[in-house]
Amino acid sequence: MIELPAIRWGVPYESLEVDEVNHFYTGEPVARVHTVGSGIIQRDAKKAKNARRALQALSPAELIAKCKAAGELFESGTLTVGDSTQSPEDFIQQQSATTGMPISMCEANITKNAFVLKNLEQILDCLTRGLDLNILARGYGEEDRGVTVSYQAQCDALGAVLPSNSPGVHTLWLPVIALQMGLVLKPGSSEPWTPYRVFAAMVEAGIPKEAFSLYPGAGGEIGGAILASCRRSMIFGGPQTIQQYSGNPKVQVHGPGFSKIVFGDDCVDDWEQHVDLMVDSVYKNGGRSCINASSIYASRHTKEIASALAEKLGPIEVLPPDDPQSGLAAFTIEGSAKAIWGALESDIKDSQVTDMTANYGERLVEKPPVAYLRPVVLHHSSHESVSRNKEYMFPLVNVVECPQARMLQAMEYSLVCTAITEDDDFRRELIASTEIDRLNLGPIPTPKLDWLQPHEGNLIEFLYKNRAVQVAT
Amino acid sequence: MASLAVTRFPTSHLAVLPMSSPASDATVVAARELLDAHTVETVAWHFHESTGCPFWLEKKNELNFDPLTEVKCYDDLKKFPEFEDEWLRGGPVRRWVPKGLADKPVYVFETGGTTGIPKSRIAVDDFRTDYSNFSDTLPDEYFPKGANWLMLGPSGPRRLRLAVEHLAQQREGICFCIDLDPRWVVKLIKKGWMDHLEEYKKHCIDQAITVLTAGHDVKCMFGTPKLIESLCLELEERGTSLAECGITGIFSGGTEFTPQWTKFCVEELFGGPPEESGIYMTPTYGNTLMGLACSEPVTAENKYKITYHAPQPRAVLEVVDFDNTDELVPYGETGRSKLTTLTQEFFVPGFLERDEGEREKPYEEYPWDGISGVRPFHRLASATTVGVY
Repeated sequence: MIELPAIRWGVPYESLEVDEVNHFYTGEPVARVHTVGSGIIQRDAKKAKNARRALQALSPAELIAKCKAAGELFESGTLTVGDSTQSPEDFIQQQSATTGMPISMCEANITKNAFVLKNLEQILDCLTRGLDLNILARGYGEEDRGVTVSYQAQCDALGAVLPSNSPGVHTLWLPVIALQMGLVLKPGSSEPWTPYRVFAAMVEAGIPKEAFSLYPGAGGEIGGAILASCRRSMIFGGPQTIQQYSGNPKVQVHGPGFSKIVFGDDCVDDWEQHVDLMVDSVYKNGGRSCINASSIYASRHTKEIASALAEKLGPIEVLPPDDPQSGLAAFTIEGSAKAIWGALESDIKDSQVTDMTANYGERLVEKPPVAYLRPVVLHHSSHESVSRNKEYMFPLVNVVECPQARMLQAMEYSLVCTAITEDDDFRRELIASTEIDRLNLGPIPTPKLDWLQPHEGNLIEFLYKNRAVQVAT
Repeated sequence: MASLAVTRFPTSHLAVLPMSSPASDATVVAARELLDAHTVETVAWHFHESTGCPFWLEKKNELNFDPLTEVKCYDDLKKFPEFEDEWLRGGPVRRWVPKGLADKPVYVFETGGTTGIPKSRIAVDDFRTDYSNFSDTLPDEYFPKGANWLMLGPSGPRRLRLAVEHLAQQREGICFCIDLDPRWVVKLIKKGWMDHLEEYKKHCIDQAITVLTAGHDVKCMFGTPKLIESLCLELEERGTSLAECGITGIFSGGTEFTPQWTKFCVEELFGGPPEESGIYMTPTYGNTLMGLACSEPVTAENKYKITYHAPQPRAVLEVVDFDNTDELVPYGETGRSKLTTLTQEFFVPGFLERDEGEREKPYEEYPWDGISGVRPFHRLASATTVGVY
């Protein structure tokens, strides 16, 4: 069993309160994490400027090079994590064991996180829209066009309250170190693995350990303390969390994506060409990501589309996590899968909703102490169906019949929208919509991210304030 | 009927006791005999027509035994049905006043009440007795006689506020208090208004710092863990500390008073153990129904382990099986905290607390069972909102 102490600005801290992180199925302990209370976080927060100073001793270019090395180590190295050594294989096994995610999914996420670390230069170039990083480091500078620009850092360290169920989202905070800002992380209760391995890899790569704090502990208390202590934080959660922090400039909230695929009237008759794209968008990463499609809108052929998706997704079985074909993750919180299935059963009673996967066997698979939900395809005969945009943490897709003219209103918010249409007018409407964050024009699966495009809330805009500096000559 | 003698639990000087010492068999037996006798006397008082309260006299008719003749020792209290705290909600509150005390001035203290009707308990002198007894356990070196006190805790219809004030007076001091409405705090948490919560906490801390810096010679204080922590952090922010403000003795309590929190306070907020920092802190465990359970000495050597012993025989704490609540768990095992109150003013047989912990062996100074690792009962924990106060 691995022992993970809290990390206080790089220094391991042994707590008298230790939580066990257990195997999702057998309950066997896999890790012991040292938890801290909110007072420690508040007290440590006063030293955040030291983290920034330590990073400012290195140039952005040096930090990017070290992050690249950290990416290699994260992906391939055997690292000292807590009181143990950890190979990539150990990491994948541990992550799967405590989260219930298939091995294949854990492998994919290690690649994704490593990719971001190894390609930070390009990603930051995209996030800053080509700004010289030395201008951010210095606070001001002159652009090629001869204009002085200034960006004021809004914090010394970014706080992040991390989830237990989506290791892929760590890509969002990884670039922060290269921006010379520290990290204050609350690892997810069943997924401490990624933040601890990133920390180990970065320190091994030569990044000052003083830049990192990792505080395992009780969700609400620790999360609240981080959000209260850090001038900029990101948090991952459900609709309630999003609503709670809505409009708070100090907090960037990441939650359900309600990502969608829409067919324009000009392309919908060719829907059969896009079945694999739709299946990928719904099913990839176990349907757990905010970038998985949860609704598909079309004005006609919706029953056939739903039927074709059900034919592909309906037979997918629950497999052991180490089976290479395993694509469904367990719900590890007792009763949650059953509660979700209960809510869906209630939705299906609506006369406008048809369960297209009803003939493919039971969807709720209980394997105490965990449970699974097999993919569900629901057909909605009208865009007025109240459950048309619902999203859960498993492959669920709503295929909604909706006139093109009503789509934008009926779709509501979408983190990612793939629009399969050549209709210029419809494209213009989609581009103008403020309800769509990332817009894919043409047949691009919703989970396919171009890392050279900003994702959900530009990190630079969140961490820096664009302001004026005048220098006397 | 003769009035009950006030039975004080043993006094001690906790700061000088290096480690817990187990109780001898003889002291355990003697304490048990005292408890048995006290139980019989208390039950006789509460169920006698001339002295009992209307509630218990009426309840007596529903019992399938006669408490006056069939309660001969503490264990006989198991004959009573489980005490339902719902009985404490709503009026008339006079039904809880024993006839034997009917001519005394009566207080009512409330607990809960963020929504709905709070639970209430009457009191005449119990809170004074409990805190006078507690006063005897405090080391004079750190809680000097004549020093003034700060009550950094809830105000309003709470027993604690008057009890701390009495404690200060008992020790020849004067108690300064702040305004703090815990019901509003719980509402803020439930609403998710965390910014408001933070501001309210600051409002409380501002009041405390105003008292501490106004030349009132405050050396002792009660504070809840979260407020003590916030006070220390704010003082640090202002370039000072509790020690510089003159504080030498603190008592605190509740399920948030954990070994880890104590470690953090002692090592980081106070600046070391009492002999280095000059600040001594003792944990307590109690509520409106019970008096005040004291702790064995808490030190770095025993990893800041906190073990409470009830002020027996006035109150008894047992650690019982989660499902069979008449059965004690073996020593060292985890169970639910069960509380019995046995005073002239109030009789509560076998009330199941919302806490759990480990059963601990009798201790030299408290030769009866204790409880350690007190925390919210895991089956109810998700429904429990722990406020900031």
